[in-house]
Amino acid sequence: MIAIHHYLILSAILFAIGTVGVLVRKNAIVIFMCIELMLNAVNLTFIALSNHLGKLDGQIFVFFVMTVAAAEAAVGLALMIAFFNNKESIEVEDFNLMKQ
Amino acid sequence: MFEYVWLIPLFPLIGFAINGLLGKKIKNEKIIGGLGTVMVVCSFIVSALILLQLLGLPGEERHFEKTLFTWIQSGNFKADIGFLIDPLSVIMLMVVTGVGSLIHLYSIGYMHGEEGFYRYFAYLNLFTFSMLLLVLGNNLLLMFVGWEGVGLCSYLLIGYYFHKKSAGDAGKKAFVVNRIGDFGFLLGIFTLFWYFGTKFNVWTINFHELALQSHLLSTEATFGVITLVTLFFFIGATGKSAQIPLYTWLPDAMEGPTPVSALIHAATMVTAGVYMIARMNFLYIKAPQTLMVVAIVGAATAIFAATIGTAQNDIKRVLAYSTVSQLGYMFLAMGVGAFTAGIFHLMTHAFFKACLFLGSGSVIHGMHYALHHADHHEHCAHAADVDPQDMRNMGGLRKQMPWTFLTFLLATIAIAGIPGFAGFFSKDEILWQAFANPLHGDLNYVLWGLGAVAAGLTAFYMFRLVFMTFFGESRLIPEAKKHLHESHIVIVLPLVVLAILSVVGGWIGLPKLIGERLGNIPNYFEHFLEPVFANGHVAAAEGAHLSATLEWGLMGTSVLIAVVGISIAYALYIIAPTVPARFVARFPRLYQLVYNKWYVDEIYDFLFVNPCKAFGNFLWKGFDVVVVDGLVNGTAFVVKNTGGGMRYLQTGLVHNYAMTMVLGVVVIVGVYIFR
Repeated sequence: MIAIHHYLILSAILFAIGTVGVLVRKNAIVIFMCIELMLNAVNLTFIALSNHLGKLDGQIFVFFVMTVAAAEAAVGLALMIAFFNNKESIEVEDFNLMKQ
Repeated sequence: MFEYVWLIPLFPLIGFAINGLLGKKIKNEKIIGGLGTVMVVCSFIVSALILLQLLGLPGEERHFEKTLFTWIQSGNFKADIGFLIDPLSVIMLMVVTGVGSLIHLYSIGYMHGEEGFYRYFAYLNLFTFSMLLLVLGNNLLLMFVGWEGVGLCSYLLIGYYFHKKSAGDAGKKAFVVNRIGDFGFLLGIFTLFWYFGTKFNVWTINFHELALQSHLLSTEATFGVITLVTLFFFIGATGKSAQIPLYTWLPDAMEGPTPVSALIHAATMVTAGVYMIARMNFLYIKAPQTLMVVAIVGAATAIFAATIGTAQNDIKRVLAYSTVSQLGYMFLAMGVGAFTAGIFHLMTHAFFKACLFLGSGSVIHGMHYALHHADHHEHCAHAADVDPQDMRNMGGLRKQMPWTFLTFLLATIAIAGIPGFAGFFSKDEILWQAFANPLHGDLNYVLWGLGAVAAGLTAFYMFRLVFMTFFGESRLIPEAKKHLHESHIVIVLPLVVLAILSVVGGWIGLPKLIGERLGNIPNYFEHFLEPVFANGHVAAAEGAHLSATLEWGLMGTSVLIAVVGISIAYALYIIAPTVPARFVARFPRLYQLVYNKWYVDEIYDFLFVNPCKAFGNFLWKGFDVVVVDGLVNGTAFVVKNTGGGMRYLQTGLVHNYAMTMVLGVVVIVGVYIFR
């Protein structure tokens, strides 16, 4: 039997991996994927707790999160294409217009 | 015909619109000048028809108001676009359109070849429109619109030669000084409206309604609201009609073209103040203290300006001071309750002063032409630098310009007050009323004395002008003299008409004494104006019981004074022309004082103009630049620098932002957990 805390621990590990990925990786697409990982870690928490408490609220929330994630992916990828067209790169270090 | 009164101001307005909008395209001087003149002549014809119809009515029915529409209505306040016909406004109409037509005609010749010919006629028509609005308006506000309109046109026309700095400055001076007076006029309207409304519940600014309600007012023995109101209006009159203390703009206004000086600064606009007081006579008669102020200011102006006139060398400046002096007479008449005499003098003055100004214009035109042509000769290349307006360069002009000379002489005799000519009857009536009126007690003798001395000075400086200009040997360079000739017919014709009017114009207002001798000829003028001054005459008539012998005596005295003035001028400028120079050498201080106009301009500069300028400079350099600009620029400076400093907090690296967010979340969550 897999208890609730197993899910939560897994979710926390996934979230930590995602966070570290966002902080240390330089490729914007990888950062993006890490953000998706963080979101999905949160989704896992929602589902697990929803099942544990016998309420549907958490699952409905997951739908919202997925919608936002999809929208974010669309916008983010478009931005990335635009960046690449300008700078021939998607390394986040190169996006430093405010410094100039 | 009364129904068509609105046509009178409309004609010049049309002329203004066409000349002003299309004049630049039309170019043809005959069409532009002709149109401008015909429009005023049309107004004159309508005015004459209205006069005839008015004469056909019995005295008490000579009042008509034509309201076109309600202009402003707000609460109790109501102002109409409405025109008032009564004997007073009709006399003004005849003067404005009659003299105006002649001066328009004259201008075609005088302004020939000037740059901006169309502009001149557009302004002149606009002026006529405004003046007619001022005269015809049936309420104070409409009169004020005309009042401001003539002020504007005066400014535009004084500054007609705007490329000359002195002309531009003179225009501004006239405008600013007039504004001071106009402010008084406005305060007068406000105060009067408020007083009548709150005290008697009569909310109106209509002249006729005010006159009908004036019986509600009692004569104010001490200073009261009506005294204040009438003083406010009088301030307005001093500005427009060039009285002490606001007269300084009029002599400078001579920078404008000469026909403008004749029309605006002699015959019509400057008499607006006199007309206004005559129109408000029902108020003034209730405020004897104001009347005393008016009388003193008038008499003082009359003599003060006359003294300055004796020492001026510029032909137009002499006439300008003469105008100020004669306007002083009119105010003296108003101040002694002799409204009819004042309006009578206004009319005769319009005739002879317009004639004098136009005559001087003819002289200047001839001089200018002669000097301009002499300039082409090789050995007098600087002839164009000779001032064509300076009488010291003239002399002996009667041979070259006989018509100008003759008409000028007639007008001069008229202004000097020689019996039989127009000026005599009006001036003598004013002096008699100043002596005999029941209003001012012993002050009457002073008023009469000042007026009489001013009359002598007038005769002196006017004949000095004639002798210096038309008599003696020519002082003009010979090359220029050859080119001198009589002016064109369109210039001479108005001169002749005005000269005739200067002779016969006074005959409609014969004094009772002379009229009785000549077989009971009544004083038509006084009789005609009687309904308008129904209130004013009660006071003036009480004084008429003084003996006829006294009146004859005073009349003889004023004639004698005039003759003495003329004789002195003859002695000094014909018989012994060296005497004036010796007099100047003997009393240089006095001469300088008078020649420099008693330094009034300098005193005003010191007392008012320079402090105002200094204050303006302080507000500009001290307040605006330092405080206002400092606040605005300071705000921008602070924002810019704060932003510039904060900018370095942003690394531009996404990782740093993400790290900050994570740390922030950790801190917040930590606070929640370990609280």
